[in-house]
Amino acid sequence: MSVPVTLLGLLEREPSHGYDLKRDYDLYFGRGKPLPFGQVYATLSRLARDGKVVISEVGPGEGPDRKRYIITELGATEVQTWLSEPIEPEPHLQTVLFAKVVLALMLGRPAEQYLDTQRVAHLQRMRELTEIKRTGSLMDALLADHGLFHLEADLRWIELTAARLDALAADVLAKDIRGKDVRDKDVQARQSEPRPAPAKNMAKDARS
Amino acid sequence: MTDVEVSPVRPIIEARDVALSFGETPALRGATLSASRGEVLAIMGPSGSGKSTLLHCLAGILVPDGGQVWFDGRRLDTLAETERSALRRDHFGFVFQFGQLIPELTAEENVALPLLLGGARRSAALDAARPWFPRLGLDGLEGRRSGELSGGQAQRVALARGLVAGPNVLFADEPTGSLDSLAGEQVMDLLVSAARDQGITVVLVTHEPRVAAYADREVIVRDGRVSAYASGRVAS
Repeated sequence: MSVPVTLLGLLEREPSHGYDLKRDYDLYFGRGKPLPFGQVYATLSRLARDGKVVISEVGPGEGPDRKRYIITELGATEVQTWLSEPIEPEPHLQTVLFAKVVLALMLGRPAEQYLDTQRVAHLQRMRELTEIKRTGSLMDALLADHGLFHLEADLRWIELTAARLDALAADVLAKDIRGKDVRDKDVQARQSEPRPAPAKNMAKDARS
Repeated sequence: MTDVEVSPVRPIIEARDVALSFGETPALRGATLSASRGEVLAIMGPSGSGKSTLLHCLAGILVPDGGQVWFDGRRLDTLAETERSALRRDHFGFVFQFGQLIPELTAEENVALPLLLGGARRSAALDAARPWFPRLGLDGLEGRRSGELSGGQAQRVALARGLVAGPNVLFADEPTGSLDSLAGEQVMDLLVSAARDQGITVVLVTHEPRVAAYADREVIVRDGRVSAYASGRVAS
């Protein structure tokens, strides 16, 4: 969730005070993670500094809640751009799990077990989200659906990877052997070279 | 990894080390699992893993080559076909991927069918079938035949048919497999709600995680065995 542009979007409905913005943000987007007041006012300050909002009036008394924020043309353009441009598809969501699987295969550890463990965690979360869907509002259901579809995509990846573990293991080990071969030649080449001066050696290590 | 999966509560339906081959091809190689009273259990697994075969063994449709199947303290796999048939009729309900409604019958006659087969009078069976229509969002469709129903409607009629006789266990084999996401969710929501209302145990075979997420617990079948890796909340 991009907080600045979301606050801008809320301001596009109507000018608002920081307190009301936080309340609306928490209501629509917080989902158990309320936005800290400090972040709200810091964000609004940056938006004002960048010309995306202006402060229309300062009420009596002191404190940030006296300020009323209005979105500018620049701010509205940013909201429009953000809304109309697709979010960049994430090709690396599985980076951590992928790294775990490859390393497990490389190290002779039980990759299938790690995938099973992950599957259990995913299914447990899916069960929780399904219960939210069954018992919550339509907005809750839509958000839960978003999570469910993503988790399902991960699970499909887990299933496919589990089915391909033998082939993947062979591939990983082949790469490892090739890498080892290259490293061995590199070691042999270095061993045949005259020993570099300590300072140069350090520089070489830093580059590698 | 072990091949033993144990239900946390006293089981109503149980497979113990069940094995079954089709010709030379082994489908189950010692599958063990159980479901407790009122529990919704999902059996997951890739195509060809043996999950549907396991369901058919649990339901007494197939007889395993080895191992045992128990229902409510009674051994099922050693019963004669007529006894198993009676047990299925009196205690089990079924929902399959393609509703398998009888096209010549109206929707309410399809729902009443298990009661008619159990010897109920026609009027009594239809009286028992009708309340399921508003309950499953099928108001006004009682007189339609299966060809006049959408896929989701037909599957809800099939669900009503599976539940009408008040079974102890409902077996559902890919019950949303032929439906789009929204219709599938409606069926699953109704299936789980109805089962929980009546304390019916559900054994649900699916390869879809989103469907399995409606269950209290899921197990994975691989190569004819039940994986030890499973998760879920303990059924109350």
